[in-house]
Amino acid sequence: MTLPLFSTTEDPGPDFAGLIRRLRLPVHPMMAPAGSAVSSGGAATNEFRHGTTVVALRFADGIVMAGDRRATEGNAIAHRAMEKVFPADRYSAVAIAGAAGPAVEMVRLFQTQLEHYEKVEGVVLSLEGKANQLSQMVREHLPMAMQGLAVVPLFAGYDLARQTGRIFTYDVTGGHYEETEHNATGSGGRDARTTIKLGYRVGMARDDAVELAVEALYEAADEDSATGGPDLIRGIYPLVATVTADGFAAVTEEEVSERFAALIERRRAEGRQP
Amino acid sequence: MTMPYYVAPEQVMKDRAEYAQKGIARGRSLIATIYEDGIAIVADNPSRSLHKISEIYDRIAFAGVGKYNEFDQLRVSGIRHADTKGYAYSREDVDARSLANLYAQYLGQVFTHEMKPLEVEILVAELGTGLHPPQLYHIAYEGTITDEDRYAVLGGETEATTERLEEQWTSGWPLSDALRAAVSALAGPDRTLGGSDLEVAVLAQGNGRRAFRRLVDAELEALLG
Repeated sequence: MTLPLFSTTEDPGPDFAGLIRRLRLPVHPMMAPAGSAVSSGGAATNEFRHGTTVVALRFADGIVMAGDRRATEGNAIAHRAMEKVFPADRYSAVAIAGAAGPAVEMVRLFQTQLEHYEKVEGVVLSLEGKANQLSQMVREHLPMAMQGLAVVPLFAGYDLARQTGRIFTYDVTGGHYEETEHNATGSGGRDARTTIKLGYRVGMARDDAVELAVEALYEAADEDSATGGPDLIRGIYPLVATVTADGFAAVTEEEVSERFAALIERRRAEGRQP
Repeated sequence: MTMPYYVAPEQVMKDRAEYAQKGIARGRSLIATIYEDGIAIVADNPSRSLHKISEIYDRIAFAGVGKYNEFDQLRVSGIRHADTKGYAYSREDVDARSLANLYAQYLGQVFTHEMKPLEVEILVAELGTGLHPPQLYHIAYEGTITDEDRYAVLGGETEATTERLEEQWTSGWPLSDALRAAVSALAGPDRTLGGSDLEVAVLAQGNGRRAFRRLVDAELEALLG
């Protein structure tokens, strides 16, 4: 390795993706220049691992984000404890749905990109700036998405300038859209969205928001075979995290399991099907 | 026809060294010291935005004195090296020693092959782990690299500053003692330096994955008390 120095006209600035392209490091195909991407021939979508339901919703002090733990290969369960919710940096979180391999790689690149920018420039990107960065990564991934390896992230964070939580959703073309209150994506996203829509109130307290996110995942797992519910036998629960003015915080597994237990208990008491 | 002047190589090197030393001596100094919970770096720098000290990676910090544009270019290339290495391998594979060696090679090469040497002196500091002790790599303008296990003084008038610091040095001192000693060593007998004249940062064990943290305003004033 040598010291990566560039002439002033070729300097990639704070752009990490641009840097690794310039250094010609062997990287994931989504980082390769357009045209040199993956081989032709439609790959059967089912041969690759896929991740599933992720949700985000806004509450009084910030946002809650949650994701189930199942990864599937076709109709087989590939992984039971996959992580789909990640801290993007101190004040934002990213969750992924879609082809697991490229999705996890995209998160790693995104995390590095945000930290790289912060260190080189000496200031943190605005939340909008972070959302745009992720948008570019999803857009560059489009050729692979067209071959069945779509990655659809969900991005949310605490906007320090506006002092509020904000949520952004994406489509495979890299378009990003700001959500006012909540959203969910992935194969069980539809069921999760409906659940959240029914239980959502503006300015919810943190505990209620966490419980609603957990409930949404529970409903999604009930309807969608590619979404995993709480696994009481192995002790595997969905990952839940909050982002507030104090930064990213993972909700402990203990709390998530308690919320599930409370949810089932309450439903039984109300005479509903658990 | 004119004949090119012959200049002895010794003379060339001597002139270059003198040139670099003069440039570095014009700037203000900087001290890094190991304290009980990590590494503290104190720079005589009144600017709030043009930093001499900055973060390279999780447990690695950079500090430079001399010509700002030159050491800032080195700082950015260090971040690039560390981030690409961490991305290609893993975060724990990024270490200060290999980065310090790259800096030393580059500075050495510029010193011997270019017209103008870099007028900088830099420091690469790495917080210790259970396996490795904390490390301070001090790299001079011509690529000489030294590793210190107590403190490092960079910039002009280092001898007098080092002497003042040596008098007060104690192994495993608390942060506030280390900062006060470093500030008085930097200031010397004729000046006093307050919080607003200083740039201070630490690599501390309790800071989580990213150990680098700047100490500013009230927190710094309280420590300097």
